Amino acid sequence: MANGLEAVEPLEGIVAGTSLWADAWWRLRRNRLAMVGLVVLGVVVLASLAGPPIIAHTTGYTYDYIPSEPALIRAMPPFTGPDGHFAWTHPMGTDNAGRDILARVLLGGRISLLVGITSTLVSLIIGTTFGATAGYLGGRVDEAMMRIVDVLYALPYMMIVIVLLAFFGNQSPFGQLILLFVALGAVSWLTMARIVRGQVMSLKSRDFVQAARATGVTPVRIVLRHLVPNALGPVIVYATLTVPSVMLLEAFLSFLGLGVQAPLASWGSLSADGIQNIAIFPWQLLCPGLTMAVTLFSLNFIGDGLRDALDPQARKS
Amino acid sequence: MLKFIIRRLLVTVPMVLVVVSITWGLIRLAPGNFYTGEKAIPPAIERNLREKYGLDRPWYVQYGRMIGNTLHGDFGSSLKYPSTSVNSILANAVPVSATIGTLAYLLALLVGIPSGAMAALRQNSTADYASMTVAMLGISIPNFVLGPLLVLVFSLTWFWLPPARWNGFSPNLILPVLTLSAIYMAYIARLTRSGLLEVLRSNYIRTARAKGLSDREILVRHALRGGLLPVLSFSGPALVFIITDAVVVERIFALPGVGNYFINACLNRDEPLIIGIVAFTAIAVLVFNLVVDVAYAFVDPRVRY
Repeated sequence: MANGLEAVEPLEGIVAGTSLWADAWWRLRRNRLAMVGLVVLGVVVLASLAGPPIIAHTTGYTYDYIPSEPALIRAMPPFTGPDGHFAWTHPMGTDNAGRDILARVLLGGRISLLVGITSTLVSLIIGTTFGATAGYLGGRVDEAMMRIVDVLYALPYMMIVIVLLAFFGNQSPFGQLILLFVALGAVSWLTMARIVRGQVMSLKSRDFVQAARATGVTPVRIVLRHLVPNALGPVIVYATLTVPSVMLLEAFLSFLGLGVQAPLASWGSLSADGIQNIAIFPWQLLCPGLTMAVTLFSLNFIGDGLRDALDPQARKS
Repeated sequence: MLKFIIRRLLVTVPMVLVVVSITWGLIRLAPGNFYTGEKAIPPAIERNLREKYGLDRPWYVQYGRMIGNTLHGDFGSSLKYPSTSVNSILANAVPVSATIGTLAYLLALLVGIPSGAMAALRQNSTADYASMTVAMLGISIPNFVLGPLLVLVFSLTWFWLPPARWNGFSPNLILPVLTLSAIYMAYIARLTRSGLLEVLRSNYIRTARAKGLSDREILVRHALRGGLLPVLSFSGPALVFIITDAVVVERIFALPGVGNYFINACLNRDEPLIIGIVAFTAIAVLVFNLVVDVAYAFVDPRVRY
């Protein structure tokens, strides 16, 4: 009885053995697009993690390896060897310095996914804390806090991020990544705060919260142990949809030369390099760009599928 | 209503000042300044220049002057282009950005609303799935991939359309507007679809159907009005996104818009120009949001101010 998870879905208990999550997983599995998305995303993640060492082992190329032979320092189309005939060495071709684009795209995948996930976590922490506080305290505090969110919504915040990165960036590749995590997380928590607040508002008057309060549980514990876990569904859905949008923002900044710095690369910075030679070597843009598009496509489908799975009301009619 | 508008306009002033102050603070806290460029300037010249632009005064005097400038709407002269005022740069750049932004959003509405409505009316049909998959594609393809792709196909392979450069109101605009518009078409189609689905389930639609209106009349006279509310409220944030996206599109297509100047100003550390552009966009966004809110009250009688 004291366990909040049972009290939220009282009807669920009648159908013995299917929890909210098992139900959601069952519905998600029947969503073909979301499952395709999951598989594609799995392939991209696996390739980014396992690919670079495999390439380094078989062909000797790493993301920043520039061949020593002058004849190899040039752009080669996909699946072409130095003699112009078919070869497996560079499935995505090479860039102007003769670097293997596949190895670079996979490194870019690591960085882009890392930025996407970490910044989403940052936004999750800020948004959940802010939203839960506002929703739980209610009244004037809530009104003031949500006014702040409204105001921030209506500001050209990306311009401030651009200023931040242009003036503070370019220190070290690692410092730049930290800066990106924080900057992107700090601008993408607004919707999350609204969602969490709404959930907390509707949950806090439930009996199990009253019971917890009556037994003397502190407000912080009530929020953390009873309210936040019960608001998890919509939060997970929105977090899944935040990952692609943050990755887009990262790519946008890297494209402008303000994001990830060389020698590291992300899909955005690789596309920016590729666009220079679009007329002669189009694969230099298409390979990183389309890899990114496919990844975002799957992430969006997974997010949509999760929303339909966790909130069946949304799609029914 | 009038009171609401006046109050919101008054709030705009401190908000713009806050944004400008944050930007100014960031610029000043950052290591280096406009004169620590690659080309070293003799100290005597730098001293004279600093004196000319008032950069030798204490920080609070400079801050006060910056705030005063913003309140007067006169941002002084650019550091990078010494004889050019920030206002004249804005006067040249704003029409470019405004043109592509407005055309892109209009195109997005023109394509997004009909396709979203069609998808909602034939829910779960092949047409619905097809258009929603295309919409998802539009959301997932970054504009810096789509733009060059369009150039590659339409300008460099088929030679149908000019690839870049600002040429006033001309075919040069087709590719940038299309690139900028794609993601908003997709968003609007999705919003229209879900908004209409919600409305089509409601009682007043059932009433309209019961009294014998045709599907067409139900859609045009009853459903769209409520179903398009999410699209309307999206228009506020959309302007913020368009301004951001336009930065990339202007760079790809070499258009002399606000975004292009902004990035260059940031890279050059041209403080007056940065402040001017940030202040201008903040005002534009806040005023536009107010317009959207007012329009919302007209469309949705439940909303009162």
